[in-house]
Amino acid sequence: MAMTVTRPGPAAKTAPAGEPRRARNFRSRVLVPYSMLAPGIVLFLVFMAAPIVYTLVLSFQKKKVSGLGLGKGSQSQVFAGLDNYISSLTDPEFTASVLRVLLYGVILIPLMLGFALLFALLLDSRRTRAGNFSRTAIFLPYAVPAVISSLLWGFLYLPGVSPFHFLARQMGLELPSLLDPNLVTFAICNIALWGGVGFNMIVMYTSLKAVPSEIYEAAKLDGCSEIQTALRIKIPIIAPSLVMTALFSMIATLQVFAEPTTLRPLANSLSTSWSPLMLVYRDAFTRNDVFSAAATSIVIAAATFLISFLFLRIVQKRAFGQEN
Amino acid sequence: MRTSFRAGAAVVLAAAAMLTAGCSGGAPASSPTASAAANPDQKVELTYWAWAPNLDKVVNIWNKKNPNIHVTVNKQDGGDPAVTKLLTAVKAGSGAPDLIQAEYQKIPTLVAADALADLSKTPANETKSHFPEGVWNSVTLGSDALYSVPQDTGPMVFYYRADVFEKLGLAVPKTWDEYAAAAKAVHAADPKAYLGTFSSNDAGWFTGMAQQAGASWWGIDGDAWSVKVNEEPTQKVAGYWGGLVQDGVIDNKPMYTPEWNTALNTGKQVGWLSAAWGPGVLAGNAGATAGKWKAAPMPQWDAANPATGNWGGSSTAVTAQSKNLDAAAKFATWLNTDAEAVKALVTETGIYPADSAGAESALTEAPKFFSNQPDFYKVVGDAAQNVGSFTYGPNVNVAFNAYNDQFAKAAQSKQKSAFLDAVSNMQQVTVDDLKKTGFTVK
Repeated sequence: MAMTVTRPGPAAKTAPAGEPRRARNFRSRVLVPYSMLAPGIVLFLVFMAAPIVYTLVLSFQKKKVSGLGLGKGSQSQVFAGLDNYISSLTDPEFTASVLRVLLYGVILIPLMLGFALLFALLLDSRRTRAGNFSRTAIFLPYAVPAVISSLLWGFLYLPGVSPFHFLARQMGLELPSLLDPNLVTFAICNIALWGGVGFNMIVMYTSLKAVPSEIYEAAKLDGCSEIQTALRIKIPIIAPSLVMTALFSMIATLQVFAEPTTLRPLANSLSTSWSPLMLVYRDAFTRNDVFSAAATSIVIAAATFLISFLFLRIVQKRAFGQEN
Repeated sequence: MRTSFRAGAAVVLAAAAMLTAGCSGGAPASSPTASAAANPDQKVELTYWAWAPNLDKVVNIWNKKNPNIHVTVNKQDGGDPAVTKLLTAVKAGSGAPDLIQAEYQKIPTLVAADALADLSKTPANETKSHFPEGVWNSVTLGSDALYSVPQDTGPMVFYYRADVFEKLGLAVPKTWDEYAAAAKAVHAADPKAYLGTFSSNDAGWFTGMAQQAGASWWGIDGDAWSVKVNEEPTQKVAGYWGGLVQDGVIDNKPMYTPEWNTALNTGKQVGWLSAAWGPGVLAGNAGATAGKWKAAPMPQWDAANPATGNWGGSSTAVTAQSKNLDAAAKFATWLNTDAEAVKALVTETGIYPADSAGAESALTEAPKFFSNQPDFYKVVGDAAQNVGSFTYGPNVNVAFNAYNDQFAKAAQSKQKSAFLDAVSNMQQVTVDDLKKTGFTVK
């Protein structure tokens, strides 16, 4: 970490003689480090801890209305116990959105990491030409915000305006619309893939660059081919960064929101509760029920934490084994 | 490591600065003293949250004439974000403006949250004769209270490509049966062309058509709400459109997509059931077809009793936090019923005024896009007089969201039965939500 507690250096020894040791100790052990930590702590409390606590509080509340609900005092906020949690866990829409996102992740993550690894290895191989250009070209989509890329892809998907469909028609073919209900998951995967491969590739490529070249020279002397080097040396060495990118991708998958939200108005195939976060957004801002939304958010956060923890638990030994 | 931390801290600090700036930017100038209303000579400052374009120019006319009641327009992103912000301010107990532009369907939600002031004891109550009965009903919720002053409405009419109709030898449909026949003819002549589309994205559009058929989705029965989505009028409308989609003579894709815009421009969408504000949309999305469209009354269920629906429209409400109720009501009354103000609203913001007399005198020349139809505003004006009453309930947002999801499924399936299921599911979702929150539902 960047902020380590400063050890009392030579300066502490030459402090004014009249000062008692205890005050000096207090200053160097408590005052200085904590005052340096203070901005970080304050920011963490205000922008991380407080919202989380407030979300927790909200998730145990609900709105209670009496009669028509019009006029003064007819609406109040009451303690709900676990009601919001029970209704969000038993909501068939929530279950359906989780299943959709799981399917989406099963398709997306292997493809994304596979392509990222392939590109990283290709860029790292000795026979690469135009490496800098390719690296930038593959990375560039990551710089495009998801909303913009979804709009762009939306144009390309809509049969009425898509150049692909136009060309196919000129050749006498009729392409299926990717926005049809049975294909729309692939349409969203494709956008995420387009935007995400570059980032994961850079992470892997960077750790490939950190491998000392003597290892490759040794391998070459032993008669190792490029492919063998890749499979037997490079991939095992960068395993930690593969684990990290897999973890990031899993978390990003669970949080998919911008792509389906942007595509939704273009077709009939996406509901406003397609992904868990869309469900949360709908409850909070379309239905004005921030309490249910808070409970569902907590459930999603807990599940994300649990999945990440289990995943790391399972793969950590294998990936980081040789480091310890 | 150190540099990266410093850069990170700078980013977080910048973000924090932006957040606080955002917060302070959103807070309106504080309202002045409560005693201002008592003394007519004392200067009153009013804030007004609105999103209609150029509304500040209309407000400037007022400010010049009324040096003692100064109104500041605080531009909002749109109807939904403004309401969300107002509800937050109400919850917080402060931060609400004096006046807000409120869409009709949002009024029950705002009243339920105790966000609006009752104007029935102010001069605004005298404006009843200015507005069609259906519109007045939506600002009183059928009670003795008055929650808002109507500003604009969206009486629905039928826009069609006059040139295509002429080429195909079609008459303008006067009834829905004729509309169905015309839809068949258009699609038969060109398999890629449709007379219209059923849009699962536009709940307000469907509401307008249900309204025309006589639906009123909510009602107040004593101290209980009733929800009447799944009843004969709405079933009739849903079944009718479901049948057309099932037969394939009407498209099933949403409106306001790049695809739909292209279809309007290339003549593959030959008609559009829309509201008085339609010319602006057509000019923006299908500019190449200017002069080829005409407006006609909506096709009717019963030609002997012409009716129409309303799509969109908003009003000017005074918030419960305003300390200057009388001054705000005076301004809202002037803005929406004074001849000069209504005229300015028409020319500056391009709305269709709710004030009947004002609409007639201000709207004389047809919009540019419809320059081929000099009697454009006569067609729209006649339609405006036939808008039926429609009561909105306290959870319109939930019902509209259910419309999006349920009718998206139905439109995708292209089954008439799925359209009818969608209506009953909408009813179910709406009633369940009311009951869950504790509203008394009959």
